Amino acid sequence: MRSVIDILDLSTEEIDELIETALDIIADGKKYSEKCKGKKLATLFFEPSTRTRLSFEAAMYELGGQVLGFSDSGSSSASKGESVSDTVRVVSCYADIIAMRHPKEGAPMVASMKASVPVINAGDGGHNHPTQTLADLLTIKREKGAFEGITVGFCGDLKFGRTVHSLIGALSRYKNVSFVLISPDELTVPSYIKKEILDAKNIKYYETTDLEKAMPELDILYMTRVQRERFFNEQDYIRLKDSYILTPEKLKNAKEDMCILHPLPRVNEISVAVDEDPRALYFKQALNGKYMRMALILKLLEVQ
Amino acid sequence: MIINPIENGIVIDHIKAGKGMQLYNILHLGELSCSVAIIKNANSVKLGKKDIIKIDEVIDLDLDIIGYIDPGITVNIIRNGVNEKRVNIEAPERITNVIKCKNPRCITSVEQELPHVFKLTDRENMVYRCIYCESKAK
Repeated sequence: MRSVIDILDLSTEEIDELIETALDIIADGKKYSEKCKGKKLATLFFEPSTRTRLSFEAAMYELGGQVLGFSDSGSSSASKGESVSDTVRVVSCYADIIAMRHPKEGAPMVASMKASVPVINAGDGGHNHPTQTLADLLTIKREKGAFEGITVGFCGDLKFGRTVHSLIGALSRYKNVSFVLISPDELTVPSYIKKEILDAKNIKYYETTDLEKAMPELDILYMTRVQRERFFNEQDYIRLKDSYILTPEKLKNAKEDMCILHPLPRVNEISVAVDEDPRALYFKQALNGKYMRMALILKLLEVQ
Repeated sequence: MIINPIENGIVIDHIKAGKGMQLYNILHLGELSCSVAIIKNANSVKLGKKDIIKIDEVIDLDLDIIGYIDPGITVNIIRNGVNEKRVNIEAPERITNVIKCKNPRCITSVEQELPHVFKLTDRENMVYRCIYCESKAK
């Protein structure tokens, strides 16, 4: 029984395998439509999330399985004070696999230690969000063909942005990947990521506050939202939320085949005018997320 | 300064100067009924200055806690006046309920019954991280 809490729980070979399965699903989805017949996915969302939950649910339905769960802690026994450990022990009796989102960091890890079925981390606070990273990786693979040698610019909230941390960790395992870290000074990548991942692996990167200056170098521009829920102080949020807004003008110097990614939801950091640009791939990225979640569910349920 | 040799007991040696009291507290040595001596700033060839703790009884010590406080420590078990066993302490891979995670976003901040477990992620710099949220131990 295997859980996925952190993207690094999966080896690069396993990620290749998942991408291969996802591509096969894209090519012939019908083949997979009954693979999970009779299986149930529990979506335990202690924090509201529309797209991740719906993506997991759609993934399971498309595999022929069924879904049960809750979509915020108010409608779960957590509101009565039940612990994560107890909740997952009970849910393990009803479901074959669990997808869990929780506002506290490490909650899905606790769940995986207590559950008797596989647990997928669907986001734990500002910490990890491995299936978003799988969506990002499939998108990059489909668009660029390979991970090796690409330059990825991350822009926005790089401090609390869990998708950024996970993707940096995942891409750092491939050769000649370089990063441009674009953020206000208050929201830079945490030093432990720089020290323990980037410096330790001798990866080329630099930090800047200037998005437009960095633009021509980028093969991928990964935009993120400054998230209100990550701030203890509302004033800091208001001060920083509009630090970067991507507009068609700012894309003037970007490569013609650059990919614009965003984990969504977007607020205003990408102007809607950018949506028409063929380089804007964030909705395709969301679709890729569903395929990778399907591939992951199949893997963890050991369905052939 | 002379402290009498012990007949049966434990000598915790090569403690980094200044850490003796911390070790005394974390090992709850104040709760023992036997004699316990803390020698601070003793001369040391290896360290220049060091602290030493002598316990006048052989007791069970949590070597993981000692290793976490200072992996350079040596523990000597004395029986019948003879140094029966000398243990060179190393930083443990994991420590449980020795320190608490201080990250307010960590699941341990709301679920009190969870053990606070830290793992060693960087032996050279003695960095321990919470197994749940990966915050660095402070």
